[in-house]
Amino acid sequence: MSNILELENINYVYGVGTPFEKRAVDNVSVSIKKGEFVGIMGHTGSGKSTLVQMLNGLIKPTSGRVLFDGADIWENPKEIRKIRFKVGMVFQYPEYQLFEETVYKDIAFGAINMGKSSDELDRAVRKAAEFSGLKPELLTKSPFDLSGGEKRRAAIAGVIAMDPDVLVLDEPTAGLDPMGRDVLLSQIVQYHNKRKNTVLLVSHSMEDIARVADRIIVMNKSRLVMYDETKKIFSRGSELEKIGLRVPQITKIMLTLKERGYDISDGILTVDDALAEISSLLKKEGKIW
Amino acid sequence: MVRDVAFGQFFPGKSLIHRLDPRAKLIMLVAFLVIIFCTFTYPSLLIVILFTVMFILLSGVPAKFYFKSLKVIIFIVIITSVLNMFYGTGTPLFEWGILKITLDGINRAIFVSIRIVCLILASSCLTFTTSPTDLTDAIERLMKPLGKIHFPVHEIAMMMSLALRFVPTLLEETDKITQAQKARGADMESGNIFHRVKAFIPILVPLFVSAFRRAYDLATAMECRCYRGGFGRTRMKVIHMSKRDVLSFAAMGLVICGVIICNILLPAVL
Amino acid sequence: MEFICVDNISFSYDDRDLEKPTKNAVSDFSLSIKKGEFVSLLGHNGCGKSTVAKHLNAMLLPDSGKVYVDGDDTSDEDKTYDIRKKVGLVLQNPDNQLVASIVEEDVAFGPENLGIEPDEIRKRVDEALKTVDMYEYRDHAPYKLSGGQKQRVAIAGILAMQPECIVLDEPTAMLDPNGRSEVMSTLIKLNKEKNMTVVLITHYMEEAVLSDRVVVMDDGRVLTQGTPEEVFSQVELLKKHRLDVPQATELAYKLRGCGIKFEKMPLTADECVAMLEEVLR
Repeated sequence: MSNILELENINYVYGVGTPFEKRAVDNVSVSIKKGEFVGIMGHTGSGKSTLVQMLNGLIKPTSGRVLFDGADIWENPKEIRKIRFKVGMVFQYPEYQLFEETVYKDIAFGAINMGKSSDELDRAVRKAAEFSGLKPELLTKSPFDLSGGEKRRAAIAGVIAMDPDVLVLDEPTAGLDPMGRDVLLSQIVQYHNKRKNTVLLVSHSMEDIARVADRIIVMNKSRLVMYDETKKIFSRGSELEKIGLRVPQITKIMLTLKERGYDISDGILTVDDALAEISSLLKKEGKIW
Repeated sequence: MVRDVAFGQFFPGKSLIHRLDPRAKLIMLVAFLVIIFCTFTYPSLLIVILFTVMFILLSGVPAKFYFKSLKVIIFIVIITSVLNMFYGTGTPLFEWGILKITLDGINRAIFVSIRIVCLILASSCLTFTTSPTDLTDAIERLMKPLGKIHFPVHEIAMMMSLALRFVPTLLEETDKITQAQKARGADMESGNIFHRVKAFIPILVPLFVSAFRRAYDLATAMECRCYRGGFGRTRMKVIHMSKRDVLSFAAMGLVICGVIICNILLPAVL
Repeated sequence: MEFICVDNISFSYDDRDLEKPTKNAVSDFSLSIKKGEFVSLLGHNGCGKSTVAKHLNAMLLPDSGKVYVDGDDTSDEDKTYDIRKKVGLVLQNPDNQLVASIVEEDVAFGPENLGIEPDEIRKRVDEALKTVDMYEYRDHAPYKLSGGQKQRVAIAGILAMQPECIVLDEPTAMLDPNGRSEVMSTLIKLNKEKNMTVVLITHYMEEAVLSDRVVVMDDGRVLTQGTPEEVFSQVELLKKHRLDVPQATELAYKLRGCGIKFEKMPLTADECVAMLEEVLR
């Protein structure tokens, strides 16, 4: 499959020439295939947030090129706004950006900025609300009357309504409880499966990324240190721990057993995989039937 | 995003100026600002300049931050001095049509620009070396007599310090909201004035909502920490006038005398 | 010795209140907390756990039932500030609870309100900042700190009032994993070394696992309570209410279903590895 996004030797330096000068992104090159679900992990300050803001031209790289569908997005800086409709970006705590009188109007904001006709607009808004699991009767309410979880969905719907080819989500589950987190994550996966678009998910939660991502980008100290398939990334548990990232507990358990000489395959990500693995071991030894 | 607003920032330190009583600093600043505008002769202007340079050096804050605070107003300085240059009286030195530059005009320009620069530098020195809490504390204590006529001195000082505390937080928040709305295609750069003002609504509304939410949280947090107004409250940092402050007042007194004497003895340039 | 006693309280929010949840108050809720205990209150958003937190320091008063702190009724208005001094409350958003522009001045805010002598405040502030490992940041501006650091400053601000109990309302919900572990190790240190009573309100089971006792709340009531081991062994009950269970416990639970017997349910990765090795050996 072809690449939808390509980054070529991207650098970003904050506050050039001031005492606060700081290199936030250091020579990153990466290509993202169309239709993939990519997880991005790294510490706060590892440069991942800066990196994703360069994908839709909110931040202009100090040097290097960002290609969308093969074309440099900064070719014509006046047209940069158009790229934001193709690469939709949901920020951390997106509910704090809601401002319209009704949820419907708020979801429509991006689509209106795109210049969608009213027919298209109505369809886009309703579909986006459905995708993000927002009940239709909430559309006429004020966004400020929604619950925390609903507000977050409304904000995500606002980006989905622009029907972007790439959807970037920065910590979409931050601050949600386990139930809210599970539901939202499944909703995103469902949307990805139906719409067949590319999704980039930035998250601190290894469990979340392990559950949904095809491939993972690992950032550390402004550099891209790993980019591989999910299983392969998590089989490098000790390397991840060295840069201070925690692997899911179950992965850790299985990796430790493997290190101690048990015959266990790499990159176990879920409890059910682990269960299958352990019970096949036990069966081999005749401890269970 | 890193913002390089130097004006109004505080740089913790242990310099002589840092250790002065904030009340003394505040009083001296006011006195100095008055005296800056009472300079009418070059020697007195020189005294003011020397004194400004002296406290910049004593403050221990790198000079580049002072320059940065000047950067904001350099435009105003240039405009006012240029305007003043053409408004002089007397015999013109140069003349282009209706524009004429006189010696008086040049003098005016020099005085105005130096006065503004010294004013900014002096105020910067105060904010650079005094924590906002100390500053509001000083204001609260200086205005205490007003409390007798039921003027809410403590409340106003508390509001000021809370406002100062939340300025950086809200600036950061503004950045975030702006980026988020831009990501939804908000266009803030083009169109006429009306358009641009309207383009700020998606930023202002969430900003206000967030400010109210923060205020509500803050009120809860303050109550949890037993806040019940100024009554019965003590302070960790007791400020009292020391020898240092007395000496500073003396130095300031000398400057004032110097300027006044120059003004009396020498013919005024302006 | 019982330090806090929550006796059968019910509470519902006024519709007009800024905080919205009208239905999600607590009903017939009882809880008692001993001195020196580390208790976690686990549950979903809106299960009433924050409402309980605000009852513990008289920020809210029950509609029915009573809350006693060190023997004092929280509805006794003369005792309000005594109670708030004894039971400090740390909130979720670290940005919104710091009042001063300098770390040490923020920590001093509580004792200043209590009218304590300046020298004594200085001592307390330094001690509190050292306890949370933020002493070297004492003259920094809070907005330049990381989330975990801000939250530790907020904890220091409570410690400086020298409370007997510290209640934390989802202190880690807005933090990254590093910030979360900073805050958690601070709390464990406080509890173990200073014998501080800690009530932690959270929806992260990884955090609840670290406490002496877990109280699981659902819909304003106690769903179950006990030691972390007792609580998290009830995998089915927790899953039914869509609460997380440590993956180690879940694995052991499922293996048990396959006929493997364990004496004890594991909670941590290490415990689980040890247990599996025993079985596989």
